[in-house]
Amino acid sequence: MSKHGPRRSGARTVPVPLLVPALAGLAFLLLPLVALLVRAPWRDLPDQLTSPEVWQALRLSLLCATSATVLSLVVGVPLAWLLARTEFPGRGFVRALVTLPLVLPPVVGGVALLLAFGRNGVVGQWLDAWFGITLPFTTTGVVLAETFVAMPFLVISVEGTLRAADPRFEEAATTLGASRFTAFRRVTLPLIAPGIAAGAVLAWARALGEFGATITFAGNFPGRTQTMPLAVYLALQNDPAAAIALSLVLLAVSIAVLAGLRDRWMRAS
Amino acid sequence: MTRSVPRTRRIRRSLRVSGGIRRSLRVSGAGAAVLLTLSACSSSSGGDEDAGSAGSSSKLSGQVTVFAAASLKESFTKLGETFEQRHPGTEVSFNFGGSDSLAAGITSGAPADVFASASPKTMATVTDAGAAAGEPSTFVRNRLEIATLPGNPERISSLQDLTASGLKVVLCDKSVPCGAAAQKALAAGGLDLNPVSYEQDVKAALTKVELKEADAALVYRTDVRAAGGKVAGVDFPEADEAVNDYPITVLEDAPNPGAAKAFVALVKSAEGQRVLTDAGFGTP
Amino acid sequence: MTGRAKASGGPDEGDMNDTGGPATGAGRTVPAREPAVTEPPGGRCPDGGLDARLVVDRGTFRLDVTLTAAPGDVVALLGPNGAGKTTALRALAGLVPLGGGHLRLDGTDLDRTPPESRPVGVVFQDYLLFPHLSALDNVAFGPRCRGASKAQARALAAGWLDRMGLAEHAGAKPRRLSGGQAQRVALARALATHPRLLLLDEPLAALDARTRLEVRAQLRRHLAEFEAVAVLVTHDPLDAMVLADRLVVVEHGRVVQEGAPGDIARRPRTDYIARLVGLNLYRGHADGHTVRLDAGPAITTTENLSGAVFVAFPPSAVTLYGERPEGASARNLWRCEVAGLEPHGDQIRADLTGELPLAADLTTVAAAELGLHPGAPVWATVKATQTHAYPA
Repeated sequence: MSKHGPRRSGARTVPVPLLVPALAGLAFLLLPLVALLVRAPWRDLPDQLTSPEVWQALRLSLLCATSATVLSLVVGVPLAWLLARTEFPGRGFVRALVTLPLVLPPVVGGVALLLAFGRNGVVGQWLDAWFGITLPFTTTGVVLAETFVAMPFLVISVEGTLRAADPRFEEAATTLGASRFTAFRRVTLPLIAPGIAAGAVLAWARALGEFGATITFAGNFPGRTQTMPLAVYLALQNDPAAAIALSLVLLAVSIAVLAGLRDRWMRAS
Repeated sequence: MTRSVPRTRRIRRSLRVSGGIRRSLRVSGAGAAVLLTLSACSSSSGGDEDAGSAGSSSKLSGQVTVFAAASLKESFTKLGETFEQRHPGTEVSFNFGGSDSLAAGITSGAPADVFASASPKTMATVTDAGAAAGEPSTFVRNRLEIATLPGNPERISSLQDLTASGLKVVLCDKSVPCGAAAQKALAAGGLDLNPVSYEQDVKAALTKVELKEADAALVYRTDVRAAGGKVAGVDFPEADEAVNDYPITVLEDAPNPGAAKAFVALVKSAEGQRVLTDAGFGTP
Repeated sequence: MTGRAKASGGPDEGDMNDTGGPATGAGRTVPAREPAVTEPPGGRCPDGGLDARLVVDRGTFRLDVTLTAAPGDVVALLGPNGAGKTTALRALAGLVPLGGGHLRLDGTDLDRTPPESRPVGVVFQDYLLFPHLSALDNVAFGPRCRGASKAQARALAAGWLDRMGLAEHAGAKPRRLSGGQAQRVALARALATHPRLLLLDEPLAALDARTRLEVRAQLRRHLAEFEAVAVLVTHDPLDAMVLADRLVVVEHGRVVQEGAPGDIARRPRTDYIARLVGLNLYRGHADGHTVRLDAGPAITTTENLSGAVFVAFPPSAVTLYGERPEGASARNLWRCEVAGLEPHGDQIRADLTGELPLAADLTTVAAAELGLHPGAPVWATVKATQTHAYPA
């Protein structure tokens, strides 16, 4: 994250045992993307990009991923604080539970969400009976599915930053008359802002690419629950060229957003 | 690498279908091991054989890899067991999935012996690519049915009933065969249906009804049959306009063409047809 | 700090024995065998100041320290690392809960008061200035939390920074401040809430030697102006003696000695303090002018005492001979062996073992003439007039 890091280390030679695997890793990550670019139907691209369905899906994707990130922040940052700063029995177990959605296949996550929040679900049936709220097949459902898979990234990232941050700053704030919450809000939060931002970006990126849990829990309906990954997947069924074009759009937008955000923090930090 | 796409999809799919995972994982594990030995020993079978008869079993051996539409899962699995019993030394390995992704796998070189598709259109992409050995033939037909909650609490009796407001109906996406068929049926009835979701495949659509998230779905009759008591099926006349022909073919690059032909013959035999009609398929 | 090094940091800082705050008559020494676990005499500070017995259990470690101070007092908690000084400070601030005892400040019980509600200001060891806030906002943080408006808090903070001579650094972020400036900002931040108890944890430890001298003098001035109780924790005897009116020496979680700095420097009661102030210290049993040491030989002293006593003398009072001095009386003459030699200021300090283990200072020339080297036999004498005996 340091502005000076790369430049300074660039002046010295990089050891080969580090350089070779590093470059191999980079190539491994980039080659599939390059292949996507090479095989892209550049001629059809303008047609794809002018289709309203694409923009609809893209808009929905951005809206849902951003909402999921905000939701993750609202509940995930306090959860990370709880895990990092308090002692309670079974904390290690709770931490393991938080990371569970990372190892759960997203489709299973989607089924689990249905069983919990579906019309007939453990909680969902009461939401339906008392408030008339049903979540599957709604945009809210997409946001929930994305939050479910994306929030662990945020919690883990923020918890790590909190653990690295000196808890005595909170103590110092306390001795100055700040309640624990004020200390968190006015001291800890600004201190761990870079970690929160990094976690939010991870969560956002994960939410943007979310497919399995979304299509299982929220279904697929253009304009309501059909996000870009769903559109890509379905296009892949009988029009691979269109799928590649859609993927490129998603990639381009993601890169633009991530690069833009990164520049902004670099200036802030 | 080419195999990895259909394989992950297969696992994902089998997780959705209860009880399917055990078989599927066993098959893929064994498949990977047998594949290596297979490539070493050249295919032993030569000329035409009558696979339906038990007498020729001695000539067949090795693994047969069958790529089949997801809707064939139950009946083909049963036929695979029959085949293995009848031809000791053979092993039938299945890759069930969406017809389109299976076809994509085949055209990009996935090692398969037999391809059974849920639509002629998908089969055409394989024949057009020159990947089919000979002319594919239609072996069964499938027709749409309305899947409703058990006992049909919404009293759905026609396609028109699905357009009632407040009813949550799921269809397959237009890009997959069951979705295309549903659109054809709706067009035939002159109906404008507003579903809550266009599902990525027929099993996903059925699951939504099984989990009671949707009140009804347009799926194949075979799917309704396979779901047992978890959904109820309602036939409707517009389904006549959207019958799916299932073509099957031995593939050009089949590693085990002899056994492949025998398997296709079994599917088309009277015995095979009985298993398939039991599963809800219609005869061509 | 090395084994027997004198406590003074350099020649210009004066000898420890001569320094110290105003001596307040007889030191309130506590018998070493009877650590200060008893409640202090009631009514010593009924309304004002600090009256605390801090008991904290930390597994195998138990802190049990009694602390009292009147408004305006500056008390230094002095002790080796791990003695429990910082724990005591944190208990006063409410950052660790009391396992027993009591805590009264200006007559109010604070045992159950959460840290944010205590009228306590803390200057932390490495200051803990909030890195994302300017010096001004760091100082304004306390008043703001205690209900001042943003403008009021900032005006107040600006006033404090001005008093600390930091007006032009108000807008600077902590990382742009020098060590001394950061220390003053931390002090201003702690004082801005008008605490009735100011706690300073190793306030000078983070500074280099040069800055330290200057900041120590400033801190002394600010503490002298402070009207309420100040408690500072340090392992540096010089800081303690310069800054505090009274020292409380803590070892292994207990108070081992307490009193005016000058008194403690003259009459150490533990090896730790003796080492800090640079004295040879022995425990023994006095009978008139003779003290039979627990360690073996006897020492002749000028004081006429009886019973358990301490005897102390500075290393500079020791004279060394290569041969047994001719015609010298056998009093205070011990046969020793050189265990180690190290430079000490412009002298050599010899660490001796033998009849009486002791430290002796001698000039480089004398050391060369005697041909001192580790293992060399020497005779050591001390004049009775240079020893100091006092009841244990």
